[in-house]
Amino acid sequence: MQAHDQGCGRLSAAWEVLAQVPDPEVPAISLVELGIVRDLLETADGVEVVLTPTYSGCPATEAIEQQVRESLSRFGTVTVTLRRAPAWTTDWITPEGREKLRAYGIAPPGRVHREGGEAGDGVQAVPIRLVRRPSAAVADPVACPRCGSAHTERLSAFGSTACKSLYRCLACREPFEFFKPL
Amino acid sequence: MNAEVKMLAPVVTDAGAQYVLRIGDACLVLSHRLSEWCGHAPMLEEDLALGNIALDLLGQARALLTRAGQLQAASEAQAPGHRQAADEDQLAYLREERHFLNPVLMELPRGDFAFTQLRNLMAACWLLSLWDRLRDSSDAEVAAIAAKAVKEVQYHQQHAADWVVRLGDGTEESTRRMQAALTQLWPYVGELFASDAVDAAAVASGLGPAWSELRDDWDAAMAAVLADAGLPRPQDTPHVYAGRQGVHSEHMGHMLATMQHLQRTYPGGVW
Repeated sequence: MQAHDQGCGRLSAAWEVLAQVPDPEVPAISLVELGIVRDLLETADGVEVVLTPTYSGCPATEAIEQQVRESLSRFGTVTVTLRRAPAWTTDWITPEGREKLRAYGIAPPGRVHREGGEAGDGVQAVPIRLVRRPSAAVADPVACPRCGSAHTERLSAFGSTACKSLYRCLACREPFEFFKPL
Repeated sequence: MNAEVKMLAPVVTDAGAQYVLRIGDACLVLSHRLSEWCGHAPMLEEDLALGNIALDLLGQARALLTRAGQLQAASEAQAPGHRQAADEDQLAYLREERHFLNPVLMELPRGDFAFTQLRNLMAACWLLSLWDRLRDSSDAEVAAIAAKAVKEVQYHQQHAADWVVRLGDGTEESTRRMQAALTQLWPYVGELFASDAVDAAAVASGLGPAWSELRDDWDAAMAAVLADAGLPRPQDTPHVYAGRQGVHSEHMGHMLATMQHLQRTYPGGVW
């Protein structure tokens, strides 16, 4: 996103294109809104896209690379570089992306890092801990993306993809997915 | 899948590469065992959970196997006739049983649901402590893999802990099964904390911690869950398995036969 400010017409145009490329698993939001496009650079004969994968085993990684290549093909040779560090965090999902997730029926993740700390700096200590969870609903309320009620319960820690878990709203009775904070 | 897979068993001899490969193989083999639950878990939600955990572990394994191949190639660079780095596929599909370096705990047949969840908890507590330290690895690639994996494994640990408590503190039958799993699995724990020359080299180079350093964290995390589950901690047993040196149980060959036969029957086959 740094390149947004660099005022280069070609790169701006390329960013616009990427902002239209949907995530293959969660097509409600784009790759840019998901926060996995870390950089876009001009090369001698095209562009270089720096991507940070979401989960280590995300099966969409190859599909995403392919989509990026195809969507940017008019900019010349497309080089895709995978950058592991700093690790992707759900804090990088943009505010617009969060709103689109909610509208799509997926409760967006809460913040992983506190205000003031730098998101995903890769050096924040992760102490060994076992979260005592007497009940998912009490310890970590997740608002229903449809009716907004915090009166929800977790049905399953893992969902249709590695990044989501399954919930149900006890107010409007609708099931929904929750994008896990990572 | 690399279309030009060479039918040549890659052998990893460099100490640093072996250190990375031990962890990568632990993730790969446990991932394979968990994938065996696909379509067999007691409920749909667990099918999803075990499949997702297997996928995370597979992703971690791919990254580590790739790095191990690179480290091995770098160590051979000065030697005459050195070859290209073995890639993740060659390391996963073309190595012989004796060249897999995972602890034996990971290769044991999946057992019943109690056995699977208890082993997942043991593995997650161990990996969490290991990844946490590997974030400071002198190898930038290993540190980056660890920084990502440490976040994923916390979810695995929480999930397994929930089940161990639920089954351990459950019905007469679930308690009996969890107790049986504890008795069966505990003798394999010692290997997770045994250190040797490969560890010593990793400590010296800053690549990673000696596995013996992980014991206190692991004991504390396991004690907390076992207490909640109302399960007594078994006595440690003196025998230390040697999967890390390539000496495996009789189950490993059978598992590899399943895992590798397609690639060995149709070399270079791709989807």
